[in-house]
Amino acid sequence: MKRFAIVLGLAVMLPLAAAAECASVSAGDLTVTGAWSRATIGTARPAVFYVEIRNDGETGDRLTGIDTPVAAMPMLHRTVVKDGVASMPHAEAIDIPAGETVSLAPGGYHGMLMELTAPLAEGETFPVVLRFERAGSVEIDAPVLSIRAQGAECDAAG
Amino acid sequence: MNLRRIRLVLWALVAVALAGVLALQWAGRRREPSQAAFRPDFALQDAAGRTYGMEDFRGRLALVFFGFTNCPDVCPTTMSEVALVMNDLGSEADKVQPLFISMDPQRDRGQGLSEYLAAFHPAILGLAGDGAATQAAAESFRIHFEREESPAAPDGYTMSHSPGLFLIGPDGEWLRQFPHETPAAEILADIQERI
Repeated sequence: MKRFAIVLGLAVMLPLAAAAECASVSAGDLTVTGAWSRATIGTARPAVFYVEIRNDGETGDRLTGIDTPVAAMPMLHRTVVKDGVASMPHAEAIDIPAGETVSLAPGGYHGMLMELTAPLAEGETFPVVLRFERAGSVEIDAPVLSIRAQGAECDAAG
Repeated sequence: MNLRRIRLVLWALVAVALAGVLALQWAGRRREPSQAAFRPDFALQDAAGRTYGMEDFRGRLALVFFGFTNCPDVCPTTMSEVALVMNDLGSEADKVQPLFISMDPQRDRGQGLSEYLAAFHPAILGLAGDGAATQAAAESFRIHFEREESPAAPDGYTMSHSPGLFLIGPDGEWLRQFPHETPAAEILADIQERI
């Protein structure tokens, strides 16, 4: 009965959890929000990191790299589909133009987390430091979603 | 009088639009058979070492993806769409066989291809042959893949590849391609129409 009550409670809370606002961190004119990743099986394959960056300022900025304790070799990549062929070149830097929002999202820019130090388990979070040319370093916690997840499970902040 | 002229012009536009739609449909129907006139095939192994070819899936639709498991973006996104389609097919799921053909067979086999795919959906069958058989499979499906040396990738290489999903009919005929990022609902609707 007690277990039933807990399950029922969780079930009731599920839509609330889904509609919760994404964690969001600001630095200067930049707001970083909607971070997420997918669970991995083991550590042999690279994990992924997605996030949204909004620039409310008058000056453009650039994301030049990411760091995280869960991967020894985190890098920025971009999925490019050209003439029907997908490739995934390394992105030296990602422009964050003034007044615009840039998404690292499926099918486009993404953080590729190579040489994982531990498997990413659904339900956990891990910190990622985003290095910007002007705004400096911004740290955000990325929730690990299901391996089947297709997007952040929260509402983008304002 | 002016209104009458406007009405006439509008009716004329409707007639033109209708003619256009009919012409497109007719052209579409004419184009399909020539595209579908080939039967891709392969001889590739599952994790247990059993060799499969397209004849093993006769009577069912096959939803075929060429991928590699070290791919962090395109492949998991596509596999999660396939999982959605399979779940939403419900009782008709047994009429569709999702296949993942590895373009990076040696590494994928070593890292556990079936375990990886099972995390998306238990129905997805992972196949990984040797280099020559993989090349032959890709040529048969008329798709491109290539190993690219890259210091910015695990083990120093990655794969570029055709990221679409291919639908093969119950008699083995190539039916169509779903381009990368086709929403699962669209794939589902197309498949349900054919079942």
